[in-house]
Amino acid sequence: MIWNPEKECMSREQLHELQSERLVKIVRHTYDNVPMYRERMNAAGLTPDDIKSIEDISKLPFTTKKDLRDYYPDSLFAVPRSEIVRFHASSGTTGKPIVAGYTAHDVENWSEGTARCLTAYGAGRGDTIQVSYGYGLFTGGLGAHDGATRIGAAVLPTSAGNTSKQLMLMQDLGCTGLCCTPSYALFLAEELEKEGLRDKIQLKFGAFGAEPWTENMRKELESKLGIKAYDIYGLTEISGPGVGGECQCQDGTHLWEDMFYPEIIDPATGEPLPEGKEGELVFTTLDKWGMPMIRYRTRDLTHLNYSQCACGRTMVRMGRILGRSDDMLIVRGVNVFPSQVESILLEIPEFQGQYFITIDRVNNVDTFDIDVELREEFYTDEIAQLHRLRDRLVGRIVSVIGIKPNIHIVEPGSITRSMGKAKHVEDKRKFK
Amino acid sequence: MIIQQISVFLENKAGRAAEITKVLSNEGIDIQSFYIAESSDFGVYRLIVSNVEAAMAALRKAGHAVSLTPVLSVDCPNRPGSLTGILELLASHGLSVDYMYAFIHGDINRAIIRSKDIEACQKVIIGAGIK
Repeated sequence: MIWNPEKECMSREQLHELQSERLVKIVRHTYDNVPMYRERMNAAGLTPDDIKSIEDISKLPFTTKKDLRDYYPDSLFAVPRSEIVRFHASSGTTGKPIVAGYTAHDVENWSEGTARCLTAYGAGRGDTIQVSYGYGLFTGGLGAHDGATRIGAAVLPTSAGNTSKQLMLMQDLGCTGLCCTPSYALFLAEELEKEGLRDKIQLKFGAFGAEPWTENMRKELESKLGIKAYDIYGLTEISGPGVGGECQCQDGTHLWEDMFYPEIIDPATGEPLPEGKEGELVFTTLDKWGMPMIRYRTRDLTHLNYSQCACGRTMVRMGRILGRSDDMLIVRGVNVFPSQVESILLEIPEFQGQYFITIDRVNNVDTFDIDVELREEFYTDEIAQLHRLRDRLVGRIVSVIGIKPNIHIVEPGSITRSMGKAKHVEDKRKFK
Repeated sequence: MIIQQISVFLENKAGRAAEITKVLSNEGIDIQSFYIAESSDFGVYRLIVSNVEAAMAALRKAGHAVSLTPVLSVDCPNRPGSLTGILELLASHGLSVDYMYAFIHGDINRAIIRSKDIEACQKVIIGAGIK
């Protein structure tokens, strides 16, 4: 099924025209309303008149996550605050989050994107969709919720956590769709298996995203839950989940190019790469007015495939995310930057700035361990004091990053120091 | 009397305690009493040694996180009820004990006591005529 065939299946020529028309408008809008964009275009010797079609996009300067931090909280908004109807926030690279603001039109477009995804997975009126993404500042919960509402499905907004209740309601209400991170889905699948409830559930499909996953995980999820497992892609800066999603062919993630224009660039030089080449994914929001993003560097590494899909959609397909061009980690669906840990450590005088993060996946749940050292004089005889220090650090990390780490205070000097770029992270999970 | 206890921070890993005892034995330092407090990831190795200064220097040199903690060394004869007497005496003055362990050397039997208010403990003990 296709939610919006007029858009999703439009000819590439028509799409090109629509993209050009929208780019011209949004560039004019950002130039007129956002000082950062205006200054950068001026510095590049550009005016909105230089942008006549989508081909001109590569003339425009990039936008980065650092810009969202530097212009925190709302200096990249392009409309009066009275036009904003929703905020979301995601973790930044240091202590400060990045904030996204949406107009009513933006929220509608976002749910249009998610509605396209859910319809592509086979969902519609009569389905009961369990949304186990977290509800709140994180875009996952409300994003999936609005999309499911839009297609006329019933939403079971369980949010994240409380697994036994999730499983009970999934069973008792006969949920047919599940939206969550793929690792949480695997965890649910194993719990179902343990409880012998595999035959009591009626799930048909799962929409999994917010963290990288593999074909092997797909196979495992499909066999354990008896479903079709689909990728859903998105990021807060661009809107949220539903920037793109897979179709029944499960052969690439369609990106909704009429709203979110993708490019692939060489992360080192910033040069656009030829079709099919692997590089960094960059988005321009063509029809988002609250906080438009011009050539936003996602840091996700992937490739794009413009060939016609068997499903009938003409929209480009993105390959699997193969990694990051920065050091961001995704742990239990949450973005984690090692620099966040560093800046928190520097705030607490008892700790040294040395740290080592170990990420692993045990029983399908991501583990997040951090070794830290104290300053020499704070290695006290008092165990309770050492526990207090550890708990204080845990509390700070939970409040800044949003997930709970296991903190290990280690002996002084035992974290490996290195000349030049220190190695701060070991990610033992296997995604490739 | 108040004496200095050496506290060494140790991760819970095989061989860590042996590293400490080796550093001390290499320096000819005698461990007279010890107590290891353990937590989930780490422990604190508490030591009463024959030469505190030399032990501190050697452990620091070997890169260990060490600190000195004043503890009370109290005469505690080897017969039923003597430890109870000491503890009841401290309790009757509202003084609580954080941890304690034994020091036995030939005929010498002493209790090593750590309290937040170590000076007050000492006063009470001396006031009761205990050595």
